Amino acid sequence: MQFDWIMGLIGGLLIGTAGAVLLLGNGKIMGASGIIGGLVDGSARSEARERLVFLAGVLAMPLLLIPFAGTPETNATTNLAVLAAAGLLVGIGTRIANGCTSGHGVCGISRLSLRGIVATVFYILAGGLTIVLFRHIVGVI
Amino acid sequence: MRLVISLLSGALFGAGLYLSGMTDTTKVQGWLDVFGQWDPTLAFVMGGAILPMAVAWQLTRGRRPLSGGTFPTPARPEIDRRLVIGSTLFGMGWGLAGLCPGPAIASLGFGGVPGLVFAAFMIVGMRLAPGLKARLDRAVPAE
Repeated sequence: MQFDWIMGLIGGLLIGTAGAVLLLGNGKIMGASGIIGGLVDGSARSEARERLVFLAGVLAMPLLLIPFAGTPETNATTNLAVLAAAGLLVGIGTRIANGCTSGHGVCGISRLSLRGIVATVFYILAGGLTIVLFRHIVGVI
Repeated sequence: MRLVISLLSGALFGAGLYLSGMTDTTKVQGWLDVFGQWDPTLAFVMGGAILPMAVAWQLTRGRRPLSGGTFPTPARPEIDRRLVIGSTLFGMGWGLAGLCPGPAIASLGFGGVPGLVFAAFMIVGMRLAPGLKARLDRAVPAE
């Protein structure tokens, strides 16, 4: 637990480097929701291959690291209704807002984009209030 | 060239999400839970990620991407209804499950059934989003 912040910082630097590589290399913003969403709704057909390759890297790299660093627990809820509602909200919300934690958060804030900063304030506030409501009052998560 | 860069970026992103602990939903929910046992890890991840990205944005000045084309320009209008409503809905889902799109993909290989259910519904949501976005724009005439 006391080394969590160090791993967080190292992991964060890798995430930022990933974003830097995609921006400087391909001129693209590393936004996970945009990369997935464009494939799902067919709005990014011409870039489908490079997006699929990116997602393959995201999915495969943890599996390659597991033999050396162990399988992490996701500790996700097993409540299917909560998972379904959360998935829908994340899918709909990120596509309406045109970004998530990586696009608006990491890539937006680092260029001091007002959109990125406002989006991040709203999703953090909404997330915090949701935790208060559903954990401390309703008690389902 | 573009594919190699995409793969490298994806691999670094996946490694970062895995090593930072962001695939652990208790860390994300713990960071949001300021009235419970607060976990500061996410702030270090965000801070760590913003540093190299800030340098990268500086390096875009007067240059072109390695594989050609142009760098993205900021969207206009800056703040609108879509941004605020969409981010609020996203935040609600993020708080409920402790997962956002990046970690949902990074943990797909080891997260078992909960991860698959979340990802499946996230994709359904992304499929529904364009229609809902159009309805949102019709519901209140654009400013």
